[in-house]
Amino acid sequence: MLKDITIGQFFPGKSIVHRLDSRIKIILTIVFIFMLFMADSFYGLGVGIIYVLGAFLLSKIPFKMMLKSLKPLVPILIFTGILNIFFITAGDPVFEWRFITVTDMGLRTAAYNMIRIIGLIIGSSLLTYTTSPIALTDAIERLLSPLKKIKVPVHELAMMMTIALRFIPTLIEETDKIMSAQKARGADLETGSLLQRAKALVPILIPLFVSSFRRAEDLALAMECRCYHGGEGRTRLKQLKTAPRDYVALVITAGFVFLTVFADKLA
Amino acid sequence: MCMNSFLQAENLKFSYINNIEEPPVRTEVLHGVSLDVKKGEFVALLGHNGSGKSTLAKCFNAINIADEGKVYACGFDASLEENLFPIRQRVGMVFQNPDNQIVATIVEEDVAFALENMGVEPAEIRRRVDEALKTVGMYEYRGHAPHKLSGGQKQRVAIAGILAMKPQVVLLDEPTAMLDPSGRAEVMKTIKMLKEEMCVTIVLITHYMEEAAQADRIVVIDNGSIVMDDVPKRIFSQVEKMKSIGLDVPQVTELCYLLRQQGVDLPEDIITEDECVEALSKLLLKK
Repeated sequence: MLKDITIGQFFPGKSIVHRLDSRIKIILTIVFIFMLFMADSFYGLGVGIIYVLGAFLLSKIPFKMMLKSLKPLVPILIFTGILNIFFITAGDPVFEWRFITVTDMGLRTAAYNMIRIIGLIIGSSLLTYTTSPIALTDAIERLLSPLKKIKVPVHELAMMMTIALRFIPTLIEETDKIMSAQKARGADLETGSLLQRAKALVPILIPLFVSSFRRAEDLALAMECRCYHGGEGRTRLKQLKTAPRDYVALVITAGFVFLTVFADKLA
Repeated sequence: MCMNSFLQAENLKFSYINNIEEPPVRTEVLHGVSLDVKKGEFVALLGHNGSGKSTLAKCFNAINIADEGKVYACGFDASLEENLFPIRQRVGMVFQNPDNQIVATIVEEDVAFALENMGVEPAEIRRRVDEALKTVGMYEYRGHAPHKLSGGQKQRVAIAGILAMKPQVVLLDEPTAMLDPSGRAEVMKTIKMLKEEMCVTIVLITHYMEEAAQADRIVVIDNGSIVMDDVPKRIFSQVEKMKSIGLDVPQVTELCYLLRQQGVDLPEDIITEDECVEALSKLLLKK
């Protein structure tokens, strides 16, 4: 169950998408999200989806992974769909039965929002699939570095993210171990009401917390031994450098933004 | 100060202070320890849990600051604030749990961590990281995620992370305690290579007597004081004294000790299997 978590999963590769500067990739992802919400026609959304699918193809990530990232979203998609269909009453009714009215506008908004959510997930998972967590936190640190002037602890935040990502697999392993240990002592985690099952998690969470604190203490000591003293005067092994391909990607994306905005006028 | 001694403690006293209780409770852990470690020496530090051996090691890289007495590491006075980073660069420390000392999500990034902190130029970081990874034999794994490595491999990555700083001394606090036998052998091989090929001074804290037997010198700590300090052969020949402190001797030494008690004529200073085999076969041939 814990092995299915795909958040922050990274698929190493050498494709053009992998090689783009991570800062550019973050910016492109944000631009893409704006693109999805600016589009107010099927044409515009279509352009957005073509854009993200094109990027997916270029990344050579197995198509299966995209479906996998969408799977946990199915309930949210259905929920959004239903909400939009039944609660938007503006527009021409296409179906009426007692108090239920479905309008063409409701249907359209539902479809728009579902496409937007799908696009959002594909876009952001493409970012994490093709960018190593280190490059990602590094890029966030660089992009946010202007905020240092107003005393935002940018370096510390980025370091915390790196460590969090580093310890996800370790803590998952630990959780599995604690669960087995508690099951071996007769803990029942799978049956009973929701409340009972939530209560059964307490003997798993407490040891996990205690051991995390112990790990944190050890890690802090090990970091101190390796001369860690905050972000001041720090250099990096991997320097982020923009290459011509990054500018090409920016120009292409700008083109797609233009197409999205003017899609219905052009069509 | 003697030029030859790399780590030097003079009448070192150290206490932990428990601030949670009111009034704060002071527990003195080291009661006036004096120790000299010479350049290129491989010293094993023995003592049962709570004897103060880890505390002593942490005094040498300025993690713990002595309450009384003096500590010099590579010629730097550990009590001075400005010597903190020079000391930590020269005196690296490897801990017990490999999972809790790896910071980054990629092997080479982790090895680079100390160098990044020190503000080394990126090209130089690259060179030193590759060198350190090759030294411990983990170069092929440089792009891997640490959590996918075995315990012994992780510990070697941790050692590489320290080596990249080009330290003169490496303190190892029970580096093999959480490893399986093959991981333990890997790490011991790496430690010996550091000593022999790179002339790094090694201080190894361990509970495995077979590992301690490979050192040049053994220092035994009991209740915050040094009780024995000699070459392994002479330390382990005092089987009864070691047992009274609550420590073991290598299995072969114990075997010879028991045989001697039964009247078998064996020398007292056997600490390796080879020596034991030789002595026993000599004895059998005589008969």
